[in-house]
Amino acid sequence: MTSITPAQAELVPPAEVEDVELYDPKSWVTKYVFSQDAKVIAIQYSFTAIGVGLVALVLSSLMRLQLGFPDFFTIIDPEDYYQFITMHGMIMVIYLLTALFLGGFGNYLIPLMVGARDMVFPYVNMLSYWIYLLAVLVLLASWFVPGGPTGAGWTLYPPQAILAGTPGAEGGIVMMLVSLALFIIGFTMGGLNYVTTVLQARTRGMTLMRMPLTVWGIFTATVLALLAFPALFVGAVMMTLDSLLGTSFFMPSIVEFGEQLEYGGGSPILFQHLFWFFGHPEVYIVALPAFGIVSDLISVHARRHIFGYRMMVWAIVGIGALSFVVWAHHMYVSGMNPWFGFFFATTTLIIAVPTALKVYNWTLTLWKGNIRLTVPMLFALAFIVTFVNGGITGLFLGNVVIDVPLSDTMFVVAHFHMVMGVAPLMVVFGGIYHWFPLITGKMFNVTLGKIHFWITFLGAYMIFLPLHYLGFLGVPRRYFEMGETSFIPDSAQTLNAFVTVVTVIVGVAQLIFLYNMARSALKGKASERNPWQATTLEWQTEDFPPGHGNFGNKLPVVYRWAYAYGVPGHDADFVPQNEPPIGTPAESGGESVPGGAAQPAE
Amino acid sequence: MSIFRALMEKPWIEQGVIDDIHGIDLESLPTAKLGLRVFLAVATVVFSLTVVTYADRMLAADWRALPEPAVLWLNTVLLIASSIALQWARVSAERGQEDRLRFGLLLGGGFAFAFLVGQFMAWQQLIDLGYFADTNPANAFFFLVTALHAVHLLGGLVAWVRTWSKVRRGVARDRVQLSVELCAIYWHFLLLIWVLLFVLLLFT
Repeated sequence: MTSITPAQAELVPPAEVEDVELYDPKSWVTKYVFSQDAKVIAIQYSFTAIGVGLVALVLSSLMRLQLGFPDFFTIIDPEDYYQFITMHGMIMVIYLLTALFLGGFGNYLIPLMVGARDMVFPYVNMLSYWIYLLAVLVLLASWFVPGGPTGAGWTLYPPQAILAGTPGAEGGIVMMLVSLALFIIGFTMGGLNYVTTVLQARTRGMTLMRMPLTVWGIFTATVLALLAFPALFVGAVMMTLDSLLGTSFFMPSIVEFGEQLEYGGGSPILFQHLFWFFGHPEVYIVALPAFGIVSDLISVHARRHIFGYRMMVWAIVGIGALSFVVWAHHMYVSGMNPWFGFFFATTTLIIAVPTALKVYNWTLTLWKGNIRLTVPMLFALAFIVTFVNGGITGLFLGNVVIDVPLSDTMFVVAHFHMVMGVAPLMVVFGGIYHWFPLITGKMFNVTLGKIHFWITFLGAYMIFLPLHYLGFLGVPRRYFEMGETSFIPDSAQTLNAFVTVVTVIVGVAQLIFLYNMARSALKGKASERNPWQATTLEWQTEDFPPGHGNFGNKLPVVYRWAYAYGVPGHDADFVPQNEPPIGTPAESGGESVPGGAAQPAE
Repeated sequence: MSIFRALMEKPWIEQGVIDDIHGIDLESLPTAKLGLRVFLAVATVVFSLTVVTYADRMLAADWRALPEPAVLWLNTVLLIASSIALQWARVSAERGQEDRLRFGLLLGGGFAFAFLVGQFMAWQQLIDLGYFADTNPANAFFFLVTALHAVHLLGGLVAWVRTWSKVRRGVARDRVQLSVELCAIYWHFLLLIWVLLFVLLLFT
């Protein structure tokens, strides 16, 4: 046996990714249930996220029914309403969008796009999903504890979150906090995988700057999440202790129903800082994968290389870094020092620079492109429009003087739904339609896809544009019902009813999507191997859909970036990343002997 | 190659295989080691935020510092010993000295376990003296930071048990060596965190 000196053990041969011990499922259960294959885990994540997302969708319809027709739906009482609001927000932001983008798209696409056989820690990856599922179950179980789920609002601000009078103060809030802590633990396990896989498991020739922007977006978002979620974790642990043990981390001296409580000296503002130190990066944890995916969708379906690839990468990284220094713009009305607010307003406006750069680059990619209005492309275009819309209202709200009067009105609701609700969801749908043929080997029904698109896209605008206007009128958010006011005209209620009707229609229209996906997966016609004629590696696998180990016997070798569309001198208008340049023989792939480059001397 | 140079690459110009993809420092580490580093970054954020909230809360007028039980000094010594023992095991693993590796590993785990028992005794003493978590924020923070640290060490002990079973089963030496090394790095990290926390507790 030769002894391995530490210096050599540290060295990985330069050109090669070491062959991984591929986990081999022995039974049906280890293949489809307790699977360590990132593709299966991705599907599990996606189904769970979409499933719990549907719950949140129903909740939003229930809230809208109350707001649109306050006297008609008497079964919804104020407690229910607050519980719906809280659960809707938390589920959508964390359990749907974060889990779907990182756990779903991330697990499926990272290994395939960088040319790896699987994630680097498959067992930990599997645990990540099961802990996520547990977190979801704990969250949903809070409907069955005394008092029901928490109604503290998705921001869970203390002291009200754990005091009597707020629904769910008995047990729901603790269930919520425990569920969040579990989610964070599970996510950290997945996140370690995504980061390490991107850094270390890329195939030969896949340099950092040859990665598709999808991978860049998911990678950077994962880094953000790993650094931001601890703030929520610490906050959740402290609030759980406040609630269960009676500590006063966040609880000031306070009177509850005329009775002086034992609490004293805690700082509710401290929780707000912790929450938003997580909460603002969270916006970009959702947005960056969307940015990445939409860049690839636009490039593929416009048959044109992405404009300014390097700037796109730098912008993703820059936005990620900046997102950690803007959090207090969520707290302008918390009584903070105006200078403090000024600082955060400035950083908030600065973050618009790289973001605008991305929007220009998407638009310039479309310029003179051979645009194919496929269903994924429609959603990608809808994303650009919606993101610009929501982003610009964000510039308004980023300024203290404008934010203060608009704070806690429907304007804010409209803003964040546009920018981090509708816009990322457009990408989610676009991404699902785009990769559906890859995952199932079947093509979806295009007509149904387009019907789904137009109802969802136009519907989203009919819902959220009026909410901006209602916000200007002064209609507050989080109100169960508007009593008589001197400043809001009666016609506002008509608008509210209109919004509600559209919400229900758009909600029901999602059944078209579900039907299309289910029916096409089961009985759809077989898809071509690479229906969108994309260059990236996930479409170039030996099996279609990609099988166990992703690539056949040999890992692909990458010769170029992911955006070789319309390259002169080629017959097709695209060149896959793994096609050797004209006149060069193919290089040996991953599995065989490490390539000719410098090896550590033995 | 620095990360900045990697980000300056112009992918639309270069074609053909580029072989030095592992040029960035992070990429040439063993995978598990990079994974551990990422985790240490996350844990650092957790502890930093806890310390920041501690520092913020400390300024309030009602903060009543609590007496640190003397057993904490003993615990600190135990944790240092644990770290040293694991470092010794790591060096022995590199040199291929099987017996010393086993001894160092056992010693390291034993001291770590003793540390946890000691921490629990410190808690008991405080509770006996009437310093409950809900009587003063200083107490609450004391229990919080020590518990967070102990939970991290418990997680480390899980890894330690797995490493020990690898040694027992006679798994290939380079893998054992890596596991021992990862344990040692994690222990040093937790020792550093503990020393910082202990200093903070002593002076406030």
